[in-house]
Amino acid sequence: MTMRGPVGDLPLTFVDVSILAGEVTILDDVSLTLDPGAPTVLIGPNGSGKTTLLRAAMGLTAATRGRITWGGREHAPPDKRAFMFQRPVMLRRSVLGNLIYALKAAKAPRGTQDDRANDLLTLVGLQALAQRPARRLSGGEQQRLALARALARAPTVLFLDEPTASLDPHATLAIEDAVRSIAALGVKVVMSTHDLGQAKRLAGDIVLLHRGRLIEHTPAQKFFVMPRTQEARKFVAGELLV
Amino acid sequence: MFNRRTFIAALALVALAAPASAQDKSIIVASTTSTQDSGLFEYLLPLFTRKTGIAVKVVAQGTGQALDTGRRGDADVVFVHAKSAEEKFLAEGESLKRYPVMYNDFVLIGPKSDPAGIKGMSDVGKALTTIKDKQAAFISRGDKSGTHIAELALWKASGVDIDKDKGAWYKSIGQGMGAALNTAGASNGYVLSDRGTWLNFKNRGDLAILVEGDKRMFNQYGVMLVNPAKHPSVKKELGQQFIDYLVSPEGQKDIANYKINGEQLFYPNANDAGA
Amino acid sequence: MPADTSALHLVISGDPALLAIVRLSLLVSLSAVLLAALIGVPLGAFLALTRFPGREGAIVVLNALMGLPPVVVGLVVFLLLSRAGPLGSWGLLFTPQAMVIAQTILVAPIIAALSRQTIDDLWVEYRDELAAMNIGPAGRIATLIWDARFSLVTALLAGFGRAAAEVGAIIIVGGNIDGFTRTMTTAIALETSKGDLALAMGLGIVLIFIVILINALAWGARRAGERVAG
Repeated sequence: MTMRGPVGDLPLTFVDVSILAGEVTILDDVSLTLDPGAPTVLIGPNGSGKTTLLRAAMGLTAATRGRITWGGREHAPPDKRAFMFQRPVMLRRSVLGNLIYALKAAKAPRGTQDDRANDLLTLVGLQALAQRPARRLSGGEQQRLALARALARAPTVLFLDEPTASLDPHATLAIEDAVRSIAALGVKVVMSTHDLGQAKRLAGDIVLLHRGRLIEHTPAQKFFVMPRTQEARKFVAGELLV
Repeated sequence: MFNRRTFIAALALVALAAPASAQDKSIIVASTTSTQDSGLFEYLLPLFTRKTGIAVKVVAQGTGQALDTGRRGDADVVFVHAKSAEEKFLAEGESLKRYPVMYNDFVLIGPKSDPAGIKGMSDVGKALTTIKDKQAAFISRGDKSGTHIAELALWKASGVDIDKDKGAWYKSIGQGMGAALNTAGASNGYVLSDRGTWLNFKNRGDLAILVEGDKRMFNQYGVMLVNPAKHPSVKKELGQQFIDYLVSPEGQKDIANYKINGEQLFYPNANDAGA
Repeated sequence: MPADTSALHLVISGDPALLAIVRLSLLVSLSAVLLAALIGVPLGAFLALTRFPGREGAIVVLNALMGLPPVVVGLVVFLLLSRAGPLGSWGLLFTPQAMVIAQTILVAPIIAALSRQTIDDLWVEYRDELAAMNIGPAGRIATLIWDARFSLVTALLAGFGRAAAEVGAIIIVGGNIDGFTRTMTTAIALETSKGDLALAMGLGIVLIFIVILINALAWGARRAGERVAG
């Protein structure tokens, strides 16, 4: 099953984007391009704007100033984009019901929905729990279902907001493996994380944010070995950025 | 689940659609709560329906309200007991003819302890003035009903201007006969009631009949067809059939045969031209 | 005040007059709840999910309408349906249909206001996920109503409670006609005013029992459904 299709949303560019909530600046004059390829991982202290950047890239939050374009388009419906929230919300249905809902929302052809749902369940290892009410799954299981729901959209870009923040190492490993496989299939993964180790394991390129400003956007190997900026060096060394 | 839902929805639609068929052979009669409370309709109407196949739906209100229902065209026949109000109804052209049907009487009810000391008086006017002088609690229906109108007429006949002379002892409750009797029982008060409601009343407590038989306490009933020229929706043939039954020898006999505890309640007098 | 056991005997023996009264009470109140739900649930969902100028005012008015006095509603419907009124030609006054109309008006604001609250609570949870799946306004309303259906049952029960208990509206528009528009509550009012308090009390107990029964059935259906869908 290949997911490489028309890359309509890429390159995804931010041009001088600022996002304000009332008086508070959450993103400050951010310019950035996301190209197809290996995963882009956002890192930075709490409150640096990672979640807002992801939401803006998805199209959930609008830019107060500046422009966001998807494959050159200023207004692009999120048909081929998917988002996995840090705390995903399960619909009050069964596991299978959640997936069918996502497939219907993504306008998957009627006859294929059941098969695709079962394929996705197998992919994330939840086939045995297909009939269980989704709200009764464990945290790790819910995260896997959220991932399956996102994949149901057959996205070309997949956003993940701290996908393993509340998971134990076992579940974290399962999600990281899934992300690696998805990226290998050609899906552009854009994710945020607190775990520098995770960033090292998964990233093709790193975006460092601090207080809403883009500090660095560097290929991963270079970033960890020879960061360009003072902040990056401090952050990689484990110091608090204030 | 869906099937049950559609069924219930269909049920609701049927419930809403029903009126056209249900009202084919029926009439609406606006009458009074005292007549209904006497139980006369439960006895008389099945006899009429069996004879003619016409269902009679009685809306029981106070006399004033019943006549207003006729004025709005919401009833086919009005059957009340307040001659002056009925004649006003006629004068307004709301009906073309009034038929006397029967009479019953009012009784003055009060606590057995009789604080005003009126028990056994043969002159109801004297009894009322005594109640007023002693400021004993008196319950008035205050609802423009036939009973209320009769009560006001009796105060007037006894020389009392009740509007001027009423005080805290005179309680106007704006409700039906049963409610008035309940209130009288609860407050140890006097109340004018029709005999029929009293005979059927089960919450007597300490109350009893203290004054009766005065000719001024007789209560005349009249029936009228609502004027179909004014209200085209009136079912004039069916309504007239009901009126014809009430004043016919058979109907009059049925009325006389209605008894509570072996006691006749209503005295038919359709042939009494002046009634 | 001792309740008259004769009322309970009538139920057990299946007295046809009493059964007719019970049947009419349930038919009127359940029909009203159904119609009020068809109006109130989508209205509540709309208010929960849509932003428009004056929305806050609309919510305040809706909440206030929950406290509509039944007698006032009865009077207004009476004036509308009377032959002398604008809708007189429908010939609905003094019929069970008029009673259903009056009770629907009373119950719809309750169901709408409670639905709005229920759906609002679920919307707070669902909002991001549905936005990420690009669900449009119609899809949002349908999804939330469906997913909240068990909580919405509580709103329906509140509406049913109001309908089954009220007497002021239906006695005015129905006329309490023996064998035609007499329900449990209007019968209780009548027997009380006739002084037959024991019978009235007995009827009251039967009414309370029926309302409890309906609530128990709804609760059971809800639990069974929740077990299936979670």
